[in-house]
Amino acid sequence: MADPMRIRAQAAGDKATVRVLMSHEMETGQRKDAAGKTVPAWFIQEVTATHNGKPVMSAEWGPGVSKNPFLQFAVKGAKAGDKIAITWKDNKGDTRTDEATVS
Amino acid sequence: MQTRRKTIQQSMVIAGLLATAGFPQFANAAFNKVGFDAKSIQDAVKAYGGGTVSESKDVTVTAPDIAENGAVVPLGASTTLTGVKHMLVLVEKNPSALIAMFHVSDAVDTNFLTRAKMGQSSDVYAVAIMADGKALFAKKEVKVTLGGCGG
Repeated sequence: MADPMRIRAQAAGDKATVRVLMSHEMETGQRKDAAGKTVPAWFIQEVTATHNGKPVMSAEWGPGVSKNPFLQFAVKGAKAGDKIAITWKDNKGDTRTDEATVS
Repeated sequence: MQTRRKTIQQSMVIAGLLATAGFPQFANAAFNKVGFDAKSIQDAVKAYGGGTVSESKDVTVTAPDIAENGAVVPLGASTTLTGVKHMLVLVEKNPSALIAMFHVSDAVDTNFLTRAKMGQSSDVYAVAIMADGKALFAKKEVKVTLGGCGG
């Protein structure tokens, strides 16, 4: 959660493929730790993406998404130099936003 | 002049807040607990306004045949259809069947890829929910050699 997201946005033709690698434990709430106690659920619930400030995508995630989640999608009309920002919010209310420029 | 500038500044702040708080279609879509608690594919689809699911060749689920590591299985949902409101990725035999739900807007391709945990070999579904509530899906069986829920 402290680590920044790795965002790569590459323009190809009239759209840009955005790949994001987030840093998050994504606990399902099903796992038991070494002491046998259930580790509480802690996972990203909402992800939103903006393109030059305009919201273009949002997603809701459940605990089934892997740890250090990966996300890939394509933004239409994005070209080199545009800004893509990704924001996530988890079930504890923590949130993080990172930005990248389309290359 | 000072007061006018302040007023404009303030209304821009409010406008900004409104814009980031979620434009109309997303405003009501704060984390939908019902969808993620659903135990079956159909229930999860219903939680997002979808009707009875029917298989469709226009929806594609991208998944490996065999997942070496159940903790990280690349899963994707895509479709060539237009007028899609949501794309869902589901793993039938997971404790929480719904993995992810993507709101589709005009600004993005209806093609999403993420990585999910799979507890055991199971069918993976990609569902496209159209604006009119029709739910179309594609499924693929994914064999998991090592379960990914820490079990």
